Amino acid sequence: MSSLLTIEGVSKSFSGSQILRDFNLTVEPSEIISLLGPSGCGKSTLLRLVAGLDPVHQGQIKVKDLPITAPGRQVGLMFQEPRLFPWLNVRDNVAFGLAPSRKDTKDKFVAELLAEVGLTEAADLLPRQLSGGMAQRVALARALAGEPEVLLLDEPFSALDAFNRMRLQDLVLKIWQDYRPTMLMVTHDIEEALYLSDRVVVLGEKPAGVREIIEVKLPRPRNRSDAHLVKLRSQLLTELV
Amino acid sequence: MLQNSPVLDKELPPITTSITDTPGTPAKRPGFLGRLNPIAGLVLPGLLLVLWWYIAEVAHLLPVNQLPTPGRVWNTGLQLFNSGELFRHLTTSLGRVLTGFVIGSAIALVLGTLVGLLRPVEKFLDPFLQALRNVPSLAWVPFLLLWMGIDEPPKITLIAIGAFFPVYLNLVSGIRQTDRKLVEVGYIFGLKQFELIYKIVLPAALPYLLAGLRIGLGQSWLFLVAAELIASTRGLGFMLIDGENSSRPDIMLVAIITLALVGKLCDWGLQLVEKRLLRWTDTFKGR
Repeated sequence: MSSLLTIEGVSKSFSGSQILRDFNLTVEPSEIISLLGPSGCGKSTLLRLVAGLDPVHQGQIKVKDLPITAPGRQVGLMFQEPRLFPWLNVRDNVAFGLAPSRKDTKDKFVAELLAEVGLTEAADLLPRQLSGGMAQRVALARALAGEPEVLLLDEPFSALDAFNRMRLQDLVLKIWQDYRPTMLMVTHDIEEALYLSDRVVVLGEKPAGVREIIEVKLPRPRNRSDAHLVKLRSQLLTELV
Repeated sequence: MLQNSPVLDKELPPITTSITDTPGTPAKRPGFLGRLNPIAGLVLPGLLLVLWWYIAEVAHLLPVNQLPTPGRVWNTGLQLFNSGELFRHLTTSLGRVLTGFVIGSAIALVLGTLVGLLRPVEKFLDPFLQALRNVPSLAWVPFLLLWMGIDEPPKITLIAIGAFFPVYLNLVSGIRQTDRKLVEVGYIFGLKQFELIYKIVLPAALPYLLAGLRIGLGQSWLFLVAAELIASTRGLGFMLIDGENSSRPDIMLVAIITLALVGKLCDWGLQLVEKRLLRWTDTFKGR
């Protein structure tokens, strides 16, 4: 079976300075992959390329063997900020992401997603009435509503407090158990990367390519203080700092 | 993704949602002005009325042919009202204002959307419109009269010009204030160009558009009087001129007070629409 997402020899420069050089990665269906690296190393740039928001200079990005040339429904992206539409309530924000093919089952699917992220009772609230954690859960539900082949997450929980971050990480795991989405996540949180992903991709300094790929062969849900995870963590820490 | 989309009958982990952590305004003790709230807006006009009454009727600081007494103005107003004359002038003016306002803001809506969305259209159209904007309203009058005669068209046109610019300018800057990050969300979900416009850009510009409409409606009344002062046989502006020509300051004051009241009422109507449509904004509402 061919890979779901392939990134082949991708390079990218912004105004003369090269950000990514010869970046290669393949992602299998239902995999969770974390991109980890020093800040400013091009992690978010890579996500924007996969999402089709910025053009690729060299190399190719393909989803199900089709090259990405523009943003589209095959790739979903959840940003660091919720980016909810302030004039739509929670339910309509989630419904915004629905694929056109979902028209008939629209209400049911939105209700299902709201239940999935635990926001059934908040359906009629406006974004301004939400806390940071709730807003980010709405954003997650909206991204899921698009039913993309690949869901990209750009430091999705970095703006949240430690407690909310852990709850949302567990929510991501629950969603993965229920729907098995393929996820590619940028993070600077080593523990988050190890807790969630099948593989942790470590990026080097600018211009970044893949420096190392660490496989985490532990079943989920994992114990955050598992001995193996702790060992990987200190290994990654010495490499990155 | 969502390969078989199971209906969720599984056991859900407990994620408690608190809906009570809604940011709100801090509770405050009603102060003097707070307790006055329902009638607060009437205090200043009331004080002015007393002052007017004192100057004209008690102290006789100004002769009656310059400042008629409140009672005199009230009686004149009542007479004009009972004869139906006031109503006739009012409906004429109101009709002109609404027609001009609708035409002017409709054109502003179209041009503003185009200029706001498309850079080439902006380069082509905006400098010209900015130049036109700087022509004082009264400068148009002689030409409008020359081209369109003295009937309704020049008046409606002048009012439409007055309504156009505030709506146009606010809409363009509203569109340009749209958060790029929200537009990106639209891209991500593969929205087409016209979907981006009506689902993201126009809603985001709505607060500006409504502010523009309110200013535009105010301007319409302003330009109405300018139009009616010059050539008309009906309308509130005509009442003013008529009062001046027949040395009846009481009629002039009736016209002015009517203008103030109707203008306020129109603005209040738009304010209600604004409140209803902009419930979602998260802005400072004053203390």
